[in-house]
Amino acid sequence: MERLLNFVYAYRAFFTFLLLETFCAWLVIQNNQYQGAKYFNSSNRMVARMNQTSQNIREYFSLVEINTTLAQENSMLHKKLEQREQALQFLQLNQVIDSAMFHRFDYVSAKVVNNTTKYYKNFITINRGTDVGLKPGMAVIGSGSVVGKVKSVSNHFAVLISLLNLDEQVSCMIKRTGHFGTAQWDGTDPSLVSLKYIPRHVQPAVGDSIVTSGYNAVFPSGIFIGKIKAFKLNNEAPFYEINVELGLDFSKLAFVDVIKSRLKNERDSIEQITIGELK
Amino acid sequence: MSRVGILQFVSFFIYVLVQALLLKNLVLFNTGFCFVYVAFILLLPIETSTLVLMSLGFIIGFAIDIFYNSLGLHALTMVFIAYLRNYWLSAITPQGGYDLGTIPNLKSSGLQWFLVYMMPMVFVHHLTLFLVESAGFTLFWYSMLKTITSLLFTMTIIVVLQYLVPQRSRT
Repeated sequence: MERLLNFVYAYRAFFTFLLLETFCAWLVIQNNQYQGAKYFNSSNRMVARMNQTSQNIREYFSLVEINTTLAQENSMLHKKLEQREQALQFLQLNQVIDSAMFHRFDYVSAKVVNNTTKYYKNFITINRGTDVGLKPGMAVIGSGSVVGKVKSVSNHFAVLISLLNLDEQVSCMIKRTGHFGTAQWDGTDPSLVSLKYIPRHVQPAVGDSIVTSGYNAVFPSGIFIGKIKAFKLNNEAPFYEINVELGLDFSKLAFVDVIKSRLKNERDSIEQITIGELK
Repeated sequence: MSRVGILQFVSFFIYVLVQALLLKNLVLFNTGFCFVYVAFILLLPIETSTLVLMSLGFIIGFAIDIFYNSLGLHALTMVFIAYLRNYWLSAITPQGGYDLGTIPNLKSSGLQWFLVYMMPMVFVHHLTLFLVESAGFTLFWYSMLKTITSLLFTMTIIVVLQYLVPQRSRT
């Protein structure tokens, strides 16, 4: 026993090294899981405040650009709303038939406090938290395009897992043909994501819009992700390799909308019950 | 606490704040990052024990992780560097050995020795960081590119700081 203790003591540096590294590795793995540790990240109040001050200073230099983008988005939404009204009038559908379905989604606007685009795992911090009802797992869009999902929330801040993160996958489809796939970032170019699992028989074309499929209840269906930039089909490969150019410049993100899906719980629980019965 | 201890304590906070608020936003050519906080561990006095180095490495790495939303990642690489540091120092001992209380900086040992000491450590740090972050070797060559650009960037900043900030050659 004494010799064992002596041995451990003689190599104490090495054992401490192993211990600390194991602990760190455990933290890394924990953090990579979808809803990781809640406290030690930039939704921590003090850290978020500091980031906010730093972001406020930086933002002054791009105010013009931010204003232009917001104004454009506004006018685009006005136009869409007007067209929709016209269409509804024409079809005489302006009374709401099912109010639960009609109010399925609620939007909360938030300001970006901190954002990275150049690491392998990018996160975005926003200045809204549990005080306006944010919860982990909610979808986030910006200027009508996919931004990411809420990862963890504190009282007044939330950390989003950006679409530009190796761990993030979004269920999507080619709008023209209606085939489903998965959009995932490949870690290199912040303006491109790859579209996976589009089978051989589909005929995609350069310029096809990629939108969310609505299969996972997080994102409403039909939210724009990007356009096909290039695609390739290797011999013997079961799926296409497709590059999608994002509709959103993540490095200039200033405001985002968090989507609160009111029926998510209901949908999840009925899916859960059904899957439970099958087992 | 000695005067040097207090100086190190203050420099800890300066490293973390500069890294988190300034250098985090500074990325060159999409691939060049600057992780200047590595210098905190590498510039501690030569006879600092590995245990102390690893604890400090863990703490500073953890502090950086909070800002980078990458829990554990920087802590892991810093502990690794802290563990290797003393072995590397004894491997490159100059003739006649080190004087007691020397700080391994540019003023005490000259530019050439300083680069020989710093470059491999910073290289190992960056490489482990990018490999662990990408969780494997799928992005190996891109990680290598990132490592080399970041190495040049970080080393430039560290050397420039050595000239700008008055250095003490011994404790």
